[in-house]
Amino acid sequence: MLLLCLDSSAAASVAVVDTDAGSPRVLASWETPDTRAHAEVLAPAVDTVLDRAQVAPGGLGGVLVGTGPGPFTGLRAGLATARTLAFAWRLPCYGMCSLAAIAHVVARLPAASRPPQFVVASDARRREVYWAVYSASSDLHASSADPAGVQSARLIDGPFVGPAEDVPGLPVFGRGAGLYADRLRQPVKEVVPGALQTGSPAEWQPHAGFLGLAAAATVNAGGTLSQDTAPLYLRESDAKVPGPRKKATA
Amino acid sequence: MKPVNTEAQPVNAEAPNAPLVLGIETSCDETGVGIVRGRDLLANTVSSSMDEHVRFGGVIPEIASRAHLEAFVPTLEQALETAGVTLEELDAIAVTAGPGLAGALMVGVSAAKALALATGKPLYGINHLVAHVSVGLLHHDGAAVAGGLLDADGRAADGLGALLVSGGHTEILRVGDLAADVALLGATIDDAAGEAYDKVARLLGLSYPGGPAIDAAAQGGDPAAFRFPRGLSNAKYMGSAEEPGKHRYDFSFSGLKTAVARVVEAYEAEGEEIPVADIAASFQESVVDVITRKAVLAATENGLNTLLLGGGVAANSRLRELAEERCAEHGIRLVVPPLSLCTDNGAMVAALGARLVSGGIAPTGLEFAADPGLPVTQVSLR
Repeated sequence: MLLLCLDSSAAASVAVVDTDAGSPRVLASWETPDTRAHAEVLAPAVDTVLDRAQVAPGGLGGVLVGTGPGPFTGLRAGLATARTLAFAWRLPCYGMCSLAAIAHVVARLPAASRPPQFVVASDARRREVYWAVYSASSDLHASSADPAGVQSARLIDGPFVGPAEDVPGLPVFGRGAGLYADRLRQPVKEVVPGALQTGSPAEWQPHAGFLGLAAAATVNAGGTLSQDTAPLYLRESDAKVPGPRKKATA
Repeated sequence: MKPVNTEAQPVNAEAPNAPLVLGIETSCDETGVGIVRGRDLLANTVSSSMDEHVRFGGVIPEIASRAHLEAFVPTLEQALETAGVTLEELDAIAVTAGPGLAGALMVGVSAAKALALATGKPLYGINHLVAHVSVGLLHHDGAAVAGGLLDADGRAADGLGALLVSGGHTEILRVGDLAADVALLGATIDDAAGEAYDKVARLLGLSYPGGPAIDAAAQGGDPAAFRFPRGLSNAKYMGSAEEPGKHRYDFSFSGLKTAVARVVEAYEAEGEEIPVADIAASFQESVVDVITRKAVLAATENGLNTLLLGGGVAANSRLRELAEERCAEHGIRLVVPPLSLCTDNGAMVAALGARLVSGGIAPTGLEFAADPGLPVTQVSLR
């Protein structure tokens, strides 16, 4: 199955992923480091990626979108784009926590560098992180479907939003580890040779391509993709219900 | 289905006469999707998040934006069903690009771009204020819904003006040609009129939205009980017709709100019951007096003989009454569209889109950004 994948939870990215069990792979992808122009760039990027992948919309089996957590406005741009594309193309729209993209990369690290349990943390602004705990053990989905014996990530707890100090003492991957290395117990900063995602793990952002590969791992292990695309805002709007007006007294 | 080319497309030399256009509006708290065929209104579906803002006493942008995301696809689906058309049949899509709340606009713009990409239809990013005037184009069941203000080409037959009064806007426009010639004659320099209603309603312990609450409370009150200020009405702001002052056609409502607060506080300080009806009536009279006075002044001094009333405050009984009275005195034709087309809606966006298609105006494409401060002189983004 070919999935058009979008994530706008941090930076914006778009990918076409082939989930076929034999060799799940990213056929084409696009990303921007700009965290504040998602509404402008996503639709043209979808056009670009489909073109690069030489895939017509009719050849897609679904649209997959990262549901956050992430800053609200950018997150909505991705969700509005994905839901509307799926509606117009009459495709299912699948949703997945954006942190799963990084968790997938960690679960596929070389065995020597792969912790059994870890945290993925992203920038929640306001000196806080979005974070979740994952396990890289293959105890959930029988690895029989995964002949290479590689593992998929499993969500243990979260996602949450809060100060870095709240994050448990597990290895922490993702941009949150880079931003708050001094406030985390185990930020992972060293480049890991053989990792799917390049650069320091402390700079990793959720990417649509890895989100698609995480979805492929789920499907190929016999799981199903969720069609819940409700955004993981994790915070209420800042608006306060006004209190009683101050009365003038004599 | 082939993805649309993202580059701006050339001007269509054979523009359809009655293009089928879908319009999307998300600039404030209404998620609107409208569909028109040329000038015929086929669907006007609106989902409002107003109820979610009641406890705050005003529109909360983040709550409005969240509601737009959830409402968009269902609203789109219902509009298509009501109009009895499919996405494939559309000739173009139009979306409000501004002015409005940034986060709210971005939901509609993202969705509109996705829809344009998925269908391969040209996309127009259009001006919300000019769209309000575009309801003057529309026909429904064979009759003009707003007096047939514009000829088939979207040009005003003779001097057309518009008075837009809502929670976000208070503007006087001169309209020569919907597609090419719209000028701002006057606007509020601080609060919008509807915003002043909301704030004063809160001062008086009335419900949100303040417009209908104050209108109702004012029914039994004396509009002359208190003399509240008429903002920007002094000679130094007004000047003369020959030498207009800086704010001759502009409005200001923040001083009025403060004046009402002082009166309320004075009653509280004396431990007396607040005369809600009299204050509401006097406040309303002040707002409506200055709006209609300046609108009629702008009309007579700019050769406008027709005035279209738009925006949610067009529902206000006293505004309609005084506008009708003063327009009649000056030989100005006042046109008040049905309320569903005065408040924010997608049909007006579609109507303007259809006018742009017919006029051979090039579509905006997929690369534009929403512009929360889009000036009224820019009818569509290029």
